[in-house]
Amino acid sequence: MPTIVVEVMPKPEILDPQGKAIANALPHLGFTGFAGVRQGKRFELTVEGQVTDELLDSARRAAAEMLSNPVIEDVVSVTVAEDI
Amino acid sequence: MTTTPTDTPLIGEFTAVTPSGPLEGARIGVITFPGTLDDRDAARAVRLGGGTPVPLWHADQSLHGVDAVILPGGFSYGDYLRAGAIARFAPVMDTVVKEAGAAAASSSPLPVLGICNGFQVLTEAQLLPGSMIKNDHLKFICKDQVLRVENTETAWTSQFTQDELITVPMKNQDGQYVVSAEELEAIEAEGRVVFRYVGENPNGSRNHIAGVTNERGNVVGLMPHPEHAVEAGYGPDDATGLREGTDGLTIFTSVVSSLAGGSK
Repeated sequence: MPTIVVEVMPKPEILDPQGKAIANALPHLGFTGFAGVRQGKRFELTVEGQVTDELLDSARRAAAEMLSNPVIEDVVSVTVAEDI
Repeated sequence: MTTTPTDTPLIGEFTAVTPSGPLEGARIGVITFPGTLDDRDAARAVRLGGGTPVPLWHADQSLHGVDAVILPGGFSYGDYLRAGAIARFAPVMDTVVKEAGAAAASSSPLPVLGICNGFQVLTEAQLLPGSMIKNDHLKFICKDQVLRVENTETAWTSQFTQDELITVPMKNQDGQYVVSAEELEAIEAEGRVVFRYVGENPNGSRNHIAGVTNERGNVVGLMPHPEHAVEAGYGPDDATGLREGTDGLTIFTSVVSSLAGGSK
């Protein structure tokens, strides 16, 4: 089933407390060499049938108006994935 | 004093002064979303403040003619997506945004108060600037918090004195107030910070901001919980004794008084 994938990340200027906590925990588990971590969100919108331009546009608007909050987040990408 | 099924008594008798005259006419709606926790406490605070609480339902577009609206605390829709993000799209919010928003033609726009999750809903609905992210230390906070009341022009704060210090409970995990640098400057310049944390910043909020108002001053949101500090014996500790603090009550007497036409 075709899927539209929306990726949302906290804005660069917003401190990401969850990412920071993950970054601090990584070395404890032996994962060294990472300077920082930022945690975002990935949404998979499944589509029955074809992904039309209208649907893709609708997904873009949903990403901007609901799936992200423009005060604290950026929509990084809205892409079509055929097989997930 | 009689009670209704929506206002379960915690103790036998209210100690607040019984309102009289026009004050009794103030009808204050309290919205319940799925996952709201503090709607009954807010309704009770309205009653103790001298108003008449009116339960409002998220799926009902009508505000049933109320004079003001409170969005209480809790975890509407389980905080899914973002705190307040789903509740913002509830049918009742369409009407709240219409009646309280900047586009309202009315000279006296609807007074709206958002507490904790209600504040998050108001920012998601863009009735208030900024947003809330996780506390900088990532821990859930539950403690009594001292606030400074810095704006006494709003319907919800008219009976405080300028820079009055109050103590009310605070309990949240997503309480860090963030806002763009430009907007922060505008909020500060226009005196729209209503409540500011006193002492150590409890959650990393920009400029220690605990609560803000919109340009017209009818919409106010804050993270701490004034509705949990309205009744002696059940509030924060204060100088007179354990759990005697009732500083939050002034929020509710303020709006009742403002609606009755009085101010100070």
